[in-house]
Amino acid sequence: MAVDLEALRHRFGEVFTIEQFRDNRRLILPAAHAAQTLLPLLQCLKQEYGFDMLAELGGIDYLGYPNATDRYAVVYGLTNTQTGERLFVKAYANDPQPELPSVTSLWRGANWMEREVYDMYGVRFRGHPDLRRILMPADFQDFPLRKDYPLRGYGERHNFLPLTRAES
Amino acid sequence: MALSALLPDVLVTRLDYLASLLRKHSLWPMPFATACCGIELMATASSRYDIARFGSEAMRFSPRQCDVMIVAGRVVMKMVPVMQRIWQQMPEPKWCISMGACACSGGVFDTYATVQGIDRFLPVDVYIPGCPPRPEQLIRAILDLQEKIQKTGTIDGREFVHRQGYEGPTALARELTPDKLIVAPGDYQTATRKRVPLN
Repeated sequence: MAVDLEALRHRFGEVFTIEQFRDNRRLILPAAHAAQTLLPLLQCLKQEYGFDMLAELGGIDYLGYPNATDRYAVVYGLTNTQTGERLFVKAYANDPQPELPSVTSLWRGANWMEREVYDMYGVRFRGHPDLRRILMPADFQDFPLRKDYPLRGYGERHNFLPLTRAES
Repeated sequence: MALSALLPDVLVTRLDYLASLLRKHSLWPMPFATACCGIELMATASSRYDIARFGSEAMRFSPRQCDVMIVAGRVVMKMVPVMQRIWQQMPEPKWCISMGACACSGGVFDTYATVQGIDRFLPVDVYIPGCPPRPEQLIRAILDLQEKIQKTGTIDGREFVHRQGYEGPTALARELTPDKLIVAPGDYQTATRKRVPLN
C-alpha cells in the first residue's frame, strides 16, 4: 500500500512536485524552497510515513542539462523497512553558495555521504557535525565532479616534488 | 664428492662482485600493492610461480627491511606522499620496480586524481608492462634487476653516485590554463574532456 503523497504535498503548501516512473516515485523540491522545507519534509517522511532508512544520498550537477533550472541536486533515497516501499526526494541548490540542511540529525549514516557530496560537488550541508573532504586531499581546491571541472584536472596530479636518489 | 674438493683453496674476486652476488640473490620486496597488479604479485609469491627460487620470497611489510619496492597498481594523488615516505624509509642500497601499466604511465586512468606514472616522483629501475602483468613478467623483472645489480653493483653503492638527479620522463605537454579549456557537459562524446578552443 503506497503512501498518499498528495496529502503530504498539500500539507507542505504544494512547494514540491511528484513524479512517477512505474513504481519509482520521486518528490522534486526546487531550490527556492529546499532550504526551508527539506528537513521538515524528511522528518515527516521518517516519523509519520515510516521511511526509516536512508538508503542512498548522492549529488548531481545539472550544468548545461536541457531544460534544467537549478544547478545542483541532492537525491535522498528513502526506504520503509516495514513495507519495503521506496521513495526518492530530490532537492536542488544553486550557485554561488549551494547549501542544503544536513539530515545527520535524522540519520546518522548521512554523515559520510554528505561529506562525499560536499567533496565532489561543493554543496555545503548546514548543521553537519564535521563537514570536511572525505576522498580528495585536504588541500585540494576544486570540486572534481562538477561539470565545469576538466577530466584531467588543472594539473594537481603533477603538483608533487619528485624524489631523487640524492634525497633518499 | 665433497664440495671442498671441487673448489680451489684460494678464490680471487672483486669485493664488488661478491657483494652484488649476495645482494642480488636476497632481494626482499616491499609490496606496495594498490590494485589488481597486487593480486599478480601475490600469485608470484605463491607456490605455483614461487619467487622464492630467486631469493625474493621474503615480502616485508616494513620498509626498513626491504631492498626493492614493487609498486603494483595505480597510485592516486593522496598516495604519492605515502609512497615517497616509504621509499625514503628503505635503507640503501634499494631499487624500485614499477609494475603494470598504471604504475608506469597511469594506464587507462587519465583522470584528475591519478598520477601519470610513478617515475615522475620516484627513481624507477625496472618497468613491467601489462594490465596486469603475468607473474612470469614479474619474475623476468626480478631477473633483469639481478642482472643490473650484478653488472653495475658496488659494495659501497658507487653506482648511485651518478644517479642523483631526476630520472623521470620529460614533463607532459603543458597543462592548459583554465581559460583555455572548453568543457561540454551533457555531450557524451566530449563531456568534460579537455580540449583546445577550435576558433
